[in-house]
Amino acid sequence: MRTLAIALVLLSLAACQREERALRGDPMADESREKIALTSLSPGDSGPIEVRTGRGEEYTGNAYHQSEGKKLFKQMNCNGCHANGGGGMGVPLMDDTWIYGGRIENVVQTIREGRPNGMPSFRGKLPDEQIWQLAAYVLSMSRAVPQDVAPSRDDDMHPRPAESRQPAVTGVQGGTVPPSGEAPQ
Amino acid sequence: MKKAKAASIAAIAILLCPVALHAQTPPAKAPAFATGQDDGQWTTPARNFASTRYSELAEINADNVKNLQVAFTFSTGVNRGQEASPLVVGGTMYVLSPYPNILYALDLTKPGAPLKWSYKPKPEAASQGVACCDVVNRGPTFGQGRVFFTTLDDHAVAVDAETGKEAWKVKLGDINLGETMTAAPLVVKDKVIVGISGGEFGVRGWLQALDAATGRSVWKAYSTGPDSDVKIGPNFKPFYDSDKGKDLGVSTWPPDAWKQGGGTTWGFTSYDPDLNLIYYGTGNPGPWNSMQRPGDNKWTAGIFARDADTGEARWFYQTTPHDLFDWDGINESVLVDVEWKGQTRKALVHPDRNGLVYLIDRTSGEVLSASFYHPVNTHHGVDLKTGRLMDDSSKAPVLDKVVRDICPTAPGAKDWSPSSFSHKTGLLYIPHNNLCMDWENSQVSYIAGTPYIGAEARMFPAPGDGHMGELSAWDIVNGKEAWTVNEQFPVWGGTLATAGDLVFYGNMQGWFKAVDARSGALLWQFKADSGIIGQPTTYKGPDGKQYVAILAGVGGWAGAIVAGDLDPRDGTAAMGFVNAMRELKNATTKGGTLYVFRLP
Repeated sequence: MRTLAIALVLLSLAACQREERALRGDPMADESREKIALTSLSPGDSGPIEVRTGRGEEYTGNAYHQSEGKKLFKQMNCNGCHANGGGGMGVPLMDDTWIYGGRIENVVQTIREGRPNGMPSFRGKLPDEQIWQLAAYVLSMSRAVPQDVAPSRDDDMHPRPAESRQPAVTGVQGGTVPPSGEAPQ
Repeated sequence: MKKAKAASIAAIAILLCPVALHAQTPPAKAPAFATGQDDGQWTTPARNFASTRYSELAEINADNVKNLQVAFTFSTGVNRGQEASPLVVGGTMYVLSPYPNILYALDLTKPGAPLKWSYKPKPEAASQGVACCDVVNRGPTFGQGRVFFTTLDDHAVAVDAETGKEAWKVKLGDINLGETMTAAPLVVKDKVIVGISGGEFGVRGWLQALDAATGRSVWKAYSTGPDSDVKIGPNFKPFYDSDKGKDLGVSTWPPDAWKQGGGTTWGFTSYDPDLNLIYYGTGNPGPWNSMQRPGDNKWTAGIFARDADTGEARWFYQTTPHDLFDWDGINESVLVDVEWKGQTRKALVHPDRNGLVYLIDRTSGEVLSASFYHPVNTHHGVDLKTGRLMDDSSKAPVLDKVVRDICPTAPGAKDWSPSSFSHKTGLLYIPHNNLCMDWENSQVSYIAGTPYIGAEARMFPAPGDGHMGELSAWDIVNGKEAWTVNEQFPVWGGTLATAGDLVFYGNMQGWFKAVDARSGALLWQFKADSGIIGQPTTYKGPDGKQYVAILAGVGGWAGAIVAGDLDPRDGTAAMGFVNAMRELKNATTKGGTLYVFRLP
């Protein structure tokens, strides 16, 4: 009986183990080297050749990383341009349009490299881990991450039910024409 | 005894008051330098130095405007907010697009006004990322055979008006500090006056005069910092005590906060050639979160009068000391002469974001009157003794807490959209908003080149039937509305008044309208391909006929939801404007087209 109780306690404690995380991030200069393409078009029937290390899942499936990402989203003034996901000076992040790709590796690349039409480059300004955390939070805004880890998008100004209760949004690759494509140069 | 005498004088004044009110006060007049022979051109966005946006052309009038029809159209090739004014010099029309700021010259002497040349300054694409409210430009200006304009990536450019060849191009700012340029320059004598944008990025504002011949800087006056930087010297004589003192641009801020203090200069500048003074407004202090910058935050959110030759400040009036809600003072100052208490006063009229139309003596900076033109619950107007805005503490922001139902909003009772003044009716035609908002302050850190805001907003229509925009005709001397036309969306473009007793303006659904200048009655309208936020102009073509021109193409802060494809589910998007503008997505789409009209 006693053994059973101990076993039950141990089992229930094990259930608390939702996720694992590294307590110390990579050094500033380190950079993950995912090999990804910006388009689905590539000569031949194989499509683009990409290498994803699986690091993305460490972040998209991790509540800690995403809540850190949410904190950074405000601390780095990302919300100044992208608001709480609806956009402003920057593009919206909670919709299904991904000009430069909607997988976490794409978003990491966007934050690190910057993009030509106004997205600044944060290479060397943020450690690699924080860039991944931010990217995971960005994906959570369209609920493109497991529901049990996603922090809710800030929508406290609105007198209505929280959006995190609504179904996930499926990203559409390519999205619309970027502004540079619309403007004659 | 003294007291009794004062009391009896007051009593007499009260007795006399109704009589004075009943006596016919002559309406405001345009200054002499802005009147006279109209050459039928439109060479600068605000039409003349007094910024009246009024034309003496009267071929198109209240009787025949119903026959107005399209003469020609032209695509700017850019589907972003078109805030610029089409200019006409001789037989050429100049049209400036939003980023990438392409200048087109159209030949009005040929049928269909074909393209004569275009000039591409090729601004850096990255500058789009630090443009607070769409990638707009408020127009080119003409002087001394050249067309001058600014580019989003902080260049001022001079282009030969005949050939389209670049005369000079100078870099005046840095996008990595969040600086952009969107304002229209003003040519004063041999100088080009230019300002800077970026009030949402902690940009330290300045106004600069460039040599029109070379682009070399002649003087530069900052909006914050020590007196030497602000060009405040012995000739600075502000009317009110709160603006007197040494280095107020430093001491009315927490240590060093003035370095990221805003006060950008992205509106229109006016000029009085008799006084040789220029008038312009300074933008909001940075950041929006007022708790991070206790103090009056000089010299933001106010109006400067400066000597046009030296840039030295003559007076300053702060419309909104210690601004709480992003109330830039950059709105236009229209120069008028008024009869005020038996005296002729050289004045300027300034509809501010804080909901008041100011009538200010332009020689001294004294506020003659300040009257409400928008529902306001954040202050009780101006104390005319001290010149100070009387805040209502019940609507003051609280850190990390939403304060509901604040009127007016962050874009204010009226944003950049310029008014016009009719020399005939004496009325000011003010395009403006009718909005309230919820507001929440939050702590923000300054990171150069990123937004420095620290507040969230959520806007909605002011109480009433839900209309969010108005065109109001304003009786300047009596400080009250003569008539008002309601619009569903904010009236985000400018107005044009003509001697044909007409006022032209566009709405964000894309209707370009002519209304009766005396009653506001709708006389004609035309549906453009996209919402209108531009500045209408009129001119006499080479064929001797009167034309009216407008750029259509929705955008700007109010239209960012369409121009930037923003997500309407997040009401805080576009700094809270999206909440009010959700319906705009169903009312219009992006565009960028010039429309020119004439009678058949």
